[in-house]
Amino acid sequence: MRAKTHRRSKGLNGWLLSLPALVLLLIAASGPLLIVVIYSFLEPGDYSGVRWTFSTDAWFRILFQRDIFDGTVSLADANLSIFWRSVKLSLATTLIAFVLGLPTAWFIATRTPAARAVWLFLITIPFWTNLLIRTFAIMEVIRNQGLMNTALINLGLIETPIQVLYTDTAVLIGMAYVYLPLMVLPLFAAIDRFDFKLIEAGYDLYASRMGVLRRVVLPIIRPGIVAGCILVFVPSLGAYVTPRVLGGGKNMMIGNFIELQFGQGQNWPLGSALSMVLLIVVLAALLIYTRVSSRDDPNG
Amino acid sequence: MTDTPAVEARNTVKTYGVGASAVNALDDVSITIAKGEFFTLLGPSGCGKTTLLRCIAGFETPTSGAILLSGRDITATPPNARPVNTVFQSYALFPHLTVAANIAFGLQMLGKSRAEVAQTVERVLALVRLESFADRLPQQLSGGQQQRVALARALAPAPQVLLLDEPLSALDLKLRKEMQSELKRLQTETGITFVFVTHDQEEALTMSNRIGVMSAGRLLQVGTPREIYDRPRNRFVADFIGETNFLVGTVVPGGVRLATGDTLAVPLNGHSGEVTLTVRPEQIRIAADGTGGTIPARVTQTTYFGTDTHYHLQLGDGSALVARLQSRAGGDDAHAQGDAVGVQIDAGTLQVLGE
Repeated sequence: MRAKTHRRSKGLNGWLLSLPALVLLLIAASGPLLIVVIYSFLEPGDYSGVRWTFSTDAWFRILFQRDIFDGTVSLADANLSIFWRSVKLSLATTLIAFVLGLPTAWFIATRTPAARAVWLFLITIPFWTNLLIRTFAIMEVIRNQGLMNTALINLGLIETPIQVLYTDTAVLIGMAYVYLPLMVLPLFAAIDRFDFKLIEAGYDLYASRMGVLRRVVLPIIRPGIVAGCILVFVPSLGAYVTPRVLGGGKNMMIGNFIELQFGQGQNWPLGSALSMVLLIVVLAALLIYTRVSSRDDPNG
Repeated sequence: MTDTPAVEARNTVKTYGVGASAVNALDDVSITIAKGEFFTLLGPSGCGKTTLLRCIAGFETPTSGAILLSGRDITATPPNARPVNTVFQSYALFPHLTVAANIAFGLQMLGKSRAEVAQTVERVLALVRLESFADRLPQQLSGGQQQRVALARALAPAPQVLLLDEPLSALDLKLRKEMQSELKRLQTETGITFVFVTHDQEEALTMSNRIGVMSAGRLLQVGTPREIYDRPRNRFVADFIGETNFLVGTVVPGGVRLATGDTLAVPLNGHSGEVTLTVRPEQIRIAADGTGGTIPARVTQTTYFGTDTHYHLQLGDGSALVARLQSRAGGDDAHAQGDAVGVQIDAGTLQVLGE
């Protein structure tokens, strides 16, 4: 009996102690999220904001459009192409970051402890700089009179500048650059734990270099690969600054499209519904991550 | 065993580092290992035995010299093209694969059919008595079981030579003894040439057909366990394997004269001048003081070990010897500390050592 009261009071204490965190969570995360959910089921206000009338129109308009004159319903091609571009660019960013990040992480993990600390430090330096500044730096590199084109012209490889800025390629370069460290760090952590004797064991058992990579290395560092891919894919999908600056506003991604609804578009419910869609996609990605990584752990 | 040797190393040199800091891990090592042999490379850590093994496996390329497998020069062949398999000291089992998948790995890489892989895995699992563990992951097994999986994985592709890099060093004493006879059984059953690396002289003596003793990158002596133990060629081999006594003397007509003035009729094998003699403690007998043909000595210490007793003896010139006498039922022939005794050494049990 006493034990029971004791446990109850302990439980109560636990609640009291976690109260500040819960309040913070409510104010900073759940509250705004709830507002967005509510807004997505309302009608847009005359200039901005919302009119408090229930409507599923915003959700409907994500995928479909109604003709103003004859009222026929068709797929919203413009919206779909923005979704498609976002997913496509995010996947491509993830792939580029992986292809560049794996050898980088491998290189760092195979250095001496002292050299390794230096390399890791260099990898994290970009985090200290504002994202906008880093994006403008990339712009300086790829613009028509920028570093890349000037160098290529001076080397005589091209005669007129290659238009990279304000294309999907520019967005891709920018995002790959910005998110690369997020790929390298979890990959490094996974490779650091990797037992290099296993590579010898693989070679010894008649595997080729590719065989060792595919059958031994990649499966074992898979949790790191999945973590890195999620860490790059999720922010890429919601990217706003990079596509805005390097894509020049005409090549929108979901992030820019959402901003448009709250700004010029003056359609807050649609913006809210789009935000929810983005959130759902990200949650789905995270769900896949937990599934895939827990399958690895024989004890979990 | 007279046909082409399974493994041959010719004047193999492996140098690490450059210039003044260069170290010869292998210093002109030549060795011939016959087919079906259980050959042990024995030596202290850093003697080059593991480097030699890694040269045979293909993980290291010799700086100069050649490695031959069944007469074929494989010095430049990558590990995955050599029909040899390794049992690693740390086992190096694939943590993401089950026991069966670990064993199947090499067979799959060789492109064996699904049916053949399944059949071989089953057979090899039975060979190492792990049938019921096929679906376990390596980390769910004990050290001894992991060891057997590592063995099974290396044996499954039926290599021409199995290389074992101190595979028993991580096991406790009881398990190590078990695995020693297990290894011996596997070697006899499969008929595969085993090249076994160890620093444990007892392991080497009990398991091997032949032993190669290494020190500082050099191969000092190759022979059967009995040859290595009874007829060590130099001081290092004599000292490293088992316990032994050293006596210094000068070659005189008819034998070697010790500093005590006693002359031992030892076969000289061409040695002359000042020489070192070695004799195993169990070859020394103790007689009563003054017995003819004995060297006078004094017992300085006795240590009783149950099965035998160690007598520390001091000769007239101050040099020390240890004699090991087996205990006899009901016998109380013990010599007490301080007793004057006569030391009896058969000339045939003495061995003159080279440098």
